[in-house]
Amino acid sequence: MSVIGKPVKRPEPRGFLANTYLPSVLKGMWITLRHMFRRKVTMQYPEESWRLPDGYRGLPALVKDDNDRVKCVACYLCQYVCPPKAIHIEAQEIGTGVEKGPRVFDINMLRCIMCGYCEEVCPEQAIFLTPEYRTVGLNREEMIFHKDKLLEMGGVRPDPIKKWARLTAPAAGGNPPRPAAPGVAR
Amino acid sequence: MSDDPRDMESWILTTKIADYVAWGRKNSLWPMPMGLACCAIELMAMVAPRYDVARFGAEALRFSPRQADLMIVAGTVTKKMAPAVRRIFDQMPEPKWVIAMGACASSGGMFRTYSVTQGVDEIIPVDVYVPGCPPRPEALIEGIMQVQRLLDERARESRGAAPRSPATVAAR
Repeated sequence: MSVIGKPVKRPEPRGFLANTYLPSVLKGMWITLRHMFRRKVTMQYPEESWRLPDGYRGLPALVKDDNDRVKCVACYLCQYVCPPKAIHIEAQEIGTGVEKGPRVFDINMLRCIMCGYCEEVCPEQAIFLTPEYRTVGLNREEMIFHKDKLLEMGGVRPDPIKKWARLTAPAAGGNPPRPAAPGVAR
Repeated sequence: MSDDPRDMESWILTTKIADYVAWGRKNSLWPMPMGLACCAIELMAMVAPRYDVARFGAEALRFSPRQADLMIVAGTVTKKMAPAVRRIFDQMPEPKWVIAMGACASSGGMFRTYSVTQGVDEIIPVDVYVPGCPPRPEALIEGIMQVQRLLDERARESRGAAPRSPATVAAR
């Protein structure tokens, strides 16, 4: 059986100069010296920070439309898709007879892994990942963000579809308008 | 300069030995890098030149718990690792602080499993939670700054001083 490959040899014995270690020391000091005149790489964090790219995935938040309505219709899709099960929703009637809304919407930010599945799955474009990444907490309770706080973080996103206008306006020939009375069995 | 008498400290230097010690402690936190998973990579990034936690005096990562006073639990704490984490915490000298870094250490994250502790605070007391998966190095720096603030406040509490006004806290 033949040996495959060629073993590496040890280096030849070094000369007197190399044995004093002075060339290596000087070489190291030269590298250090060179770095002193290079561009400074440190980002002075609390004073300056990154300009985050569009679509950065930070903490999730709920948004309202331009008519100050909570966009979320409590369909539970985000709760269903959330890998760490960080979202907890409880639905309620909001009295329009058309949609429901969230009574409770909690996101446990310590569970959240900012994957963006909730934003991706949301049929109403009601939940978005904000560029916020600096939040720290002192206990677990304060890191469960409730509906009010999430809405405050999310702010307003204009509604390009104008679903509510279509739902409440009289139909122009197509489907008849749905009854607006709450509690109608459908 | 405001008229709030609590802000007098911002322009007159009076000190008590407790404050002086706290000042020294908070500017030389020596972290124990309890790096257990991917968060440890961001922990290393925080120590590296780009973020340079040496600016906060916390660059001396001590791999011996006897020389550390801030434990940064970075990563998934499995049930198998939990006794070791607890023991290392016990070996650290008082006073000591703990940062739970990332989703796994803070709450178990996405590992809702029999083999993972659902948050390292089930075994050791945690002072600051840093969310993220993993958190950015800046977020961890925020956590360290929060520990510094806590340390300062506790030193003041220990000698019965009034808490600082929000304006002074923000200026620090």
